[in-house]
Amino acid sequence: MKLKKKVPLIDQHDKYGFWGGKFGGSFIPETLKKPIEDLTIKFEKLRKDKKFLKKRDFYFQNYVGSPTSLVELKNLSNHLGGAQIWAKVVSEANGGAHKIYNATVHALICKSMGKKYIVGDTGAGYAGKMLSMAAKKFGLKCKIFMGAKDIQRQKPNCDAIRKNGAEIVPVYSGSQTLVDAVSECMRYWVSNCDSTHMCVGSTVGPNIFVKICGWSTAQISRELKNQLIKKFKKMPKKIKLINCVGGGSSAYGFWSEFIDYSKKQIELIGVEAGGPKNSKLHAAPLSRNAKIGILHGAASYVCQNNEGQINETESISAGLDYPGVSPIHCFLKDTRRARYTFATDEEALNAYKLVTKFEKLNPSLEPSHAFAEAIKIAPKLSKDTICIVNSCGDAKKDRDILKKRLGKY
Amino acid sequence: MRDSLIHQTFKITKSENRPALITYTVAGDNTKKKSLEILNSISKYADICELGFPHNTPIADGGQIQTSAYRAIKNGIKIKDIFSIAAEFKKIKKNKPIILMGYYNMIYQYNENRFIKECQKSKIDGLIVVDLPFPENKTFAKKCKKKNINFIQLISPTTSSSRIKQIIRNSHDMIYYISMLSTTGGKLKVSPKKILKEYSKIKKQNSSKNVVIGFGITEKTIKSLNKADGLVVGSVICKAITDSINKRQNTVTNVTNIVKRLKNRIK
Repeated sequence: MKLKKKVPLIDQHDKYGFWGGKFGGSFIPETLKKPIEDLTIKFEKLRKDKKFLKKRDFYFQNYVGSPTSLVELKNLSNHLGGAQIWAKVVSEANGGAHKIYNATVHALICKSMGKKYIVGDTGAGYAGKMLSMAAKKFGLKCKIFMGAKDIQRQKPNCDAIRKNGAEIVPVYSGSQTLVDAVSECMRYWVSNCDSTHMCVGSTVGPNIFVKICGWSTAQISRELKNQLIKKFKKMPKKIKLINCVGGGSSAYGFWSEFIDYSKKQIELIGVEAGGPKNSKLHAAPLSRNAKIGILHGAASYVCQNNEGQINETESISAGLDYPGVSPIHCFLKDTRRARYTFATDEEALNAYKLVTKFEKLNPSLEPSHAFAEAIKIAPKLSKDTICIVNSCGDAKKDRDILKKRLGKY
Repeated sequence: MRDSLIHQTFKITKSENRPALITYTVAGDNTKKKSLEILNSISKYADICELGFPHNTPIADGGQIQTSAYRAIKNGIKIKDIFSIAAEFKKIKKNKPIILMGYYNMIYQYNENRFIKECQKSKIDGLIVVDLPFPENKTFAKKCKKKNINFIQLISPTTSSSRIKQIIRNSHDMIYYISMLSTTGGKLKVSPKKILKEYSKIKKQNSSKNVVIGFGITEKTIKSLNKADGLVVGSVICKAITDSINKRQNTVTNVTNIVKRLKNRIK
């Protein structure tokens, strides 16, 4: 299994849609074959269409608010000693998280396919919030599928979704979290694929959805590359790009431009959700050695039992609380280009406390997992090492959880 | 493969000028013992029995079958139990075709070859894998055929005509036509006339294939589709199990009565 250079990772799959011969693919019911084929043809056409690219860039700049800033966290770095810690503040993007990139692109695709309805899944509520925003912006009717447990724990985002005029469909099956929301959304699409476009909220699902999402979030790394060269005159020698990984859309977007660099120069570190310290449950299929399985139309490392039933997961972060992971991260793991680890709920909370104590930054619980890793490794690293964390979401949505666990927000 | 039990069954139902009645129940719903009892009892009226192997993240099943599947999993059903239910059933009803139906991850985890071997041992006649479409299923379908197990291809209203041709060419004795864009158990939202028109497009390409129609078939709608080679009823049966449990009534009797009524409507 080998990575190719100069070819975007999203395009390094075989004719059946598999990365590295075994991750990804399209394990879908017959009814979805045609809509997925149509979408694939459309997307491949659009990404080569100059007019469409112009439109995308226009909305990324004027609607999403690209580029988001890159800032040095001097106080935190001084406190920890060792490496310099930086943050790419992707949470500055319209709506407060990276999910706006994928949502905007899907809304544009939906429009150009002549469909008036768009549906999507959400865990933390950001994917749902952004899709509802983009739907409103582009005049589409929108339904968001969300686990009942997540509706309770991410109320601020739910309020935003409803305010944007979208309908939230609560999902009561299974563990009532993201995994069930994605299943229910796919089932809805099976029944309504003639009139409705589906947006998968991360780099998961059948091959084409991995590609569209990765293509959209890759904007983050294009910005970062420019910013680094501008700030340091040339690409620094020792960089670590640290990102949380649930489905893996923000991590892929953060890394996309840097995959061709050597591991020695730019290390890619993915941080999964380790769950509560004393719980056996987690949402870390990559770093806790789950087996390959098929979930939501793609093969990837999946938290499951011997029989192939998907395991329940547990994490304080709704956005990372997912038993599967993107096939492209599985590919990056097996080719050893990226390193994956996990942070527990407690470590993420402590990281949140520390970051907010020293810096004017308010990372949500998802990127707090990535900060936990940065805080862990920075003191051991040299002063010329640059650790950049993708602060991909804002903690406003975590208000209730933070109040409960830390006594304040 | 021409002499498969599935093919023979269709020969009989065709000679009787009626569609084959195909039932779907979930293995282990609500217990291993009960689901075998139900299977034995309904097979008096059903021509072919589909036995679902339950999965906890199904992407094409509606509420009724989901409920049955979760119930079976909660009650501890394992793959080895599913094979043993099938084997026990075939011991008693050796001429009744049984088809296993489910999602690919279970087969993948079990290992394809081992799964097929177990199917052979339990005398399974056919397999339906919901999320392994053509052409991705070509290799697996071939393996099945080699061991005399029918791999049942699915066709849906969204399947293009060129694709239908290819699928038929790669099919075995039975093809499953999905009546409408829906998960299982949806309300029939397309007129029977239109469904039969699509159905006849498939038949015209190769009339020797046995094509069954499923999704949205109830006591009310079954008669209107009786021109098909076979009709599949699943959610109605799963719902009957749920209702019987809720009302503390006898599941076996209730489900058997429904299957009997369904049969009477297409006799």
